[in-house]
Amino acid sequence: MLEGTTAEIRERKALRINPAKTCQPIGAMYAALGINKCMPHSHGSQGCCAYHRSQLTRHHKDPVVATTSSFTEGASVFGGMANLKTALSNIFNIYEPDIVAVHTTCLSEVIGDDIPMIIKKSAEDGIIPEGKVVIHTNTPSFAGSHVTGFSNQCAAFVKYLAESSGETKNVLNIFPGWVEPADMREMKRLAEMVGVEYIMAPDTSDVLDSPHDGKYHMYPDGGTTVAQLKAMGDSFLTLALGPLASTAAATELEKKCKVPNKVLELPIGVKATDEFVNALRLAGDTAVPADLEKERGRLVDMISDMSQYLHNLKIAIFGDPDHLTSMVSFLVEMGAKPMIVITGTPGKKWEAKMKEICSETNPEAEILAFSDIHYMHQWIKNNPVDLIMGNTYGKYVARTEKLPYVRFGFPILDRVGHRAFPSVGYTGGMRILEKITDALFDQRDREDPDHEVELVL
Amino acid sequence: MVTQLEQPVEEKATEKKMRKVAIYGKGGIGKSTTTQNTVAALAEMGKKVMVVGCDPKADSTRLLLGGLAQRSVLDTLREEGEDVELEDIRSGGFCNSLCVESGGPEPGVGCAGRGIITSINMLEQLGAYDEDEELDYVFYDVLGDVVCGGFAMPIREGKAEEIYIVCSGEMMAMYAANNICKGIMKFAETGVVRLGGLICNSRKVDREDELIQEFAKRLGTQMVHFVPRDNDVQRAEINRKTVIDWNPNCPQADEYRTLARNIDNNTLKVIPKPLPIDELEGLLMEYGLFN
Repeated sequence: MLEGTTAEIRERKALRINPAKTCQPIGAMYAALGINKCMPHSHGSQGCCAYHRSQLTRHHKDPVVATTSSFTEGASVFGGMANLKTALSNIFNIYEPDIVAVHTTCLSEVIGDDIPMIIKKSAEDGIIPEGKVVIHTNTPSFAGSHVTGFSNQCAAFVKYLAESSGETKNVLNIFPGWVEPADMREMKRLAEMVGVEYIMAPDTSDVLDSPHDGKYHMYPDGGTTVAQLKAMGDSFLTLALGPLASTAAATELEKKCKVPNKVLELPIGVKATDEFVNALRLAGDTAVPADLEKERGRLVDMISDMSQYLHNLKIAIFGDPDHLTSMVSFLVEMGAKPMIVITGTPGKKWEAKMKEICSETNPEAEILAFSDIHYMHQWIKNNPVDLIMGNTYGKYVARTEKLPYVRFGFPILDRVGHRAFPSVGYTGGMRILEKITDALFDQRDREDPDHEVELVL
Repeated sequence: MVTQLEQPVEEKATEKKMRKVAIYGKGGIGKSTTTQNTVAALAEMGKKVMVVGCDPKADSTRLLLGGLAQRSVLDTLREEGEDVELEDIRSGGFCNSLCVESGGPEPGVGCAGRGIITSINMLEQLGAYDEDEELDYVFYDVLGDVVCGGFAMPIREGKAEEIYIVCSGEMMAMYAANNICKGIMKFAETGVVRLGGLICNSRKVDREDELIQEFAKRLGTQMVHFVPRDNDVQRAEINRKTVIDWNPNCPQADEYRTLARNIDNNTLKVIPKPLPIDELEGLLMEYGLFN
């Protein structure tokens, strides 16, 4: 399929081929789905909304609902106020959400629609029913990436809703970062095991992985409630997981309600999970429960059992910055060698951080932000690797190069495991380890010559 | 195959080829007034002319129509959807001239540039430029500066082929004219648009005539006409009329007739060479301040 890709790397400035990122609004839409009874609203033309809905639906295999301002030529010229007001009126009348989270698109950004003013006018005109909320965030896709959109939406929850009553409660805020519903569920399980009272926002568990009961629920039971978002202003501490996705919201909360914060990497792998668990323990002023210690022990045991296969395993990996930071640290913990690490999201600081992480097993690792899958493919042709990791779009590279492939990140459009099983926490680590070794061993079982096939691996 | 693609689309050989003119210039310099008075003179000569106002204020045709009688393309589009007839957006004005206002959003919202793109595309779709309309001229009257791609629409893709810049001997007007030349140069390199000349709409600056002639020469073009300042223009405007319509016998009416004739006879169409800023300022010093 990509057989035409050559090993000759040419300098490209304005061109990305098979980009490793997508638009801001999809991140905002995903974050908004993690709020209970929330309707994500795309302020632009219909195509943006349709693409993001379908992509999220393909990834989560659950119907994703979102509305749009349905811009026409007229709206592009005269501004989108009339469309947004009509949309809000229809949304509240027909779909009855508690909250509408408006995000912009390239079109409404370029014509400069003033969303806060439109929300204010809508409130004055009685379009927003009593007790219902409309919030907004700006998500121009010509800046940042889908992760920026997620981050902006999380910050908007705080800007619009967090309140401080003056009394600090013994509750911990957790911004989980852009992770799967199963990951959020796992983070909550860890917090509960350690014994901390928390508010997690957003929380897409029980929204995008809601159980099948034979009925359609536009708003499943899950998600952070508006009341919880408000109460975040009274918490004593915020844990922001994933610097790129969660720092903006945590900083906003500190500014607005004086809630201090601690920014941590996503709890993927032993060290990052240790840090998360330790932060929970300190916040709860408790000890780490014995059961959790055992989970950790099982992961460490598995890593050491498999170390003969993982040691110096050469890996090419692409994805989103927060995911990569933790995943590559985990690979280094296993003794593997990250050879090339690519993200489409711009970020010089991230490059420096990755360089340091990789230096433990491979100081020569190629690290690039704002790059693309095509570059990674060409690089691999010059510097052979044993395994590729990334989202579904990387499978063509693996197929062409006949390499084992482990799916990880967003989006995964052709497998189901990510919706059910977490990648975070010690159990998540075991799953990742299983996936990596399965991919390696399946390849060997299939392709090794008869005399080399091993029963025991 | 390649040479075929590179060849410009041949216009069908007809007896008369429509001339496509755009008028640019600094805001407030008198583009709309000059355009309408020139169009009135061309119409009086028996030419069939269509004026397309490309200003959100929609005031480019009021003198030809005798008031702000015109519903703009974009207002019609907004109110009636995309199913618009040519008659809905085009009105007959002085001496059978045809008037269209592109219109646009209120100040501070939406995108006026996109509005111009939308309305010019719509006029094309509706056949406003078709041969059976038998137009001799289409005039685009474009607001102030070319601030974004939308305001450059009339000079893109061969829509307008001749540009006339209205200016005066005032420094800012010449700065603006020079800047517009930069825009024309850019589009001229890849398209058919050319500069036809400068129209000096006098502000009674000292040695204005010589200054603009010299400025035009350095740009590689000409001064098409020097329109003297005359209060008859304002008197006609108050009466919502062009000068020729209001008083065909006054001297100013003849000035516009001369301008119209000069444009009609003009064959000098060039890619302008914009001046570096210090040269432009030097020119002003030479003709202005040292007197």
